[in-house]
Amino acid sequence: MGTMGEAEVEPTETDLLLEAVFQRYGYDYRSYARASIERRTRQFLSATGYASVSEMIPEVLHDKELLARLTRYFSIPVTEMFRDPSVYRVVREEVVPLLRTWPHFKIWHAGCATGEEVYSLAIVLKEEGVYDRATIYATDCSDEALERAREGVYEVGKMKEATQKYQQAGGKASFSEYYHACCDAAAMDGSLKERITFANHNLAVDEAFGEMHLVFCRNVLIYFNRELQNRALGLFTESLVHGGFLCLGTKEDIRFTDVSNRYEAVDRRARIYKKNGAS
Amino acid sequence: MGGSAGGVGALDVILSALSRDFALPVLAVQHLHPSDDGSFARHMADAARLPVVEACDKERIERGCLYTAPANYHMLVERDGTISLSVDEPVNWSRPSIDVLFDSAALAWGEGVVAVILSGANADGVEGMRSVKAAGGFTIAQDPADAESRVMPQAAIDAGVVDEVLSAKEIGQLLAEFGAIEKL
Ligand SMILES: C[S@@+](CC[C@H](N)C(=O)[O-])C[C@H]1O[C@@H](n2cnc3c(N)ncnc32)[C@H](O)[C@@H]1O
Repeated sequence: MGTMGEAEVEPTETDLLLEAVFQRYGYDYRSYARASIERRTRQFLSATGYASVSEMIPEVLHDKELLARLTRYFSIPVTEMFRDPSVYRVVREEVVPLLRTWPHFKIWHAGCATGEEVYSLAIVLKEEGVYDRATIYATDCSDEALERAREGVYEVGKMKEATQKYQQAGGKASFSEYYHACCDAAAMDGSLKERITFANHNLAVDEAFGEMHLVFCRNVLIYFNRELQNRALGLFTESLVHGGFLCLGTKEDIRFTDVSNRYEAVDRRARIYKKNGAS
Repeated sequence: MGGSAGGVGALDVILSALSRDFALPVLAVQHLHPSDDGSFARHMADAARLPVVEACDKERIERGCLYTAPANYHMLVERDGTISLSVDEPVNWSRPSIDVLFDSAALAWGEGVVAVILSGANADGVEGMRSVKAAGGFTIAQDPADAESRVMPQAAIDAGVVDEVLSAKEIGQLLAEFGAIEKL
């Protein structure tokens, strides 16, 4: 036995790192799913050249710039336009008709990353003629991601796949109407942005905000442990009006969570749920 | 276990050797088209005698079950015996990536891991095999001569991270023995 192997030391070191980051800066990654955090910590170590997490901790405590680089590894804003096209199709066919019954409705994209999902839904709302009745809040804990989301400028090379997915999602027009290509950049059309407010919101520490009719939170909960998942789902439940909709990632599930009895499934495969009256 | 081109055929052979009361959990990453909607899991459910589950996030890992990674998600093992999914960038152009699964299993389970690399045309899995071996686990490559596509197992062999080179049929037999030992 003797000295502990790397595999046994690493969880403790990770605990210490996350605790240090929280105590010093207030960023709380302690309740994130560990396997991903550890993978990214190791990537960070090899990118920065530190021999171990322990060696890095004191440096992170004193160097804000290093901390910023580390948190960039912890919240990676990977996303795409019309990811899971069938989900947008269900939103179009099952959710929009009910949104239509409200004179005005609010949508919250939690963990919107660089905005692709927000623009995708905005396009659906436009095509269904309800965009002007919507107020859309798009939040993320990463200011950098939000900045790019606000700009809404993406690689032109990604537009081909986006176009295919847009069509699979039941798109009614030509996708090229929604962006302006210039050199290798595609800028989303300004009219899509009118009703969108981008803001920083951290699901681990911040509070709910009110009277939402639809909450989109896709592929964010998978990065959380059960406890933090329940916190975030609690915020959504608090925010949603009765009869409001919750849309999760296709491999996320509210069964086995604290709020499972607060929702009925609208479409199980698309992970779209409707908040019921029970409490 | 991880496979790419030709991996499904190898998995079929291996799993036919594992009976319903197999005493270990099995996790499989097979490179799929991103839009695959569970057809791989359904295929495995038909081919394997073990119950097959396409992993959902936070799925609890049970002995005697086969968990498949869903298309377009990485599958990771947590220390508490659950599965996490992630949509992090592809690794080796692959999501799910074999490296991601093997690395996480090595961290979570250390020497308890048996990693198997099957037929495939890229080099995903080599780094994961290295992690498993470094953590004291056991690594197996499908014999390139037995594989539909030899690149992936050969890459692992060339990297010096493989304990045993076996045909798919022999891998099945060996895993069945590991299962029997586990039951003692
Ligand atoms: C994988 S992206 C998902 C993007 C998009 N919803 C989609 O499905 O394509 C996850 C996002 O969650 C954000 N995130 C991580 N932790 C968060 C937290 N505590 N509060 C808010 N957002 C968070 C990350 O910054 C990242 O942009």
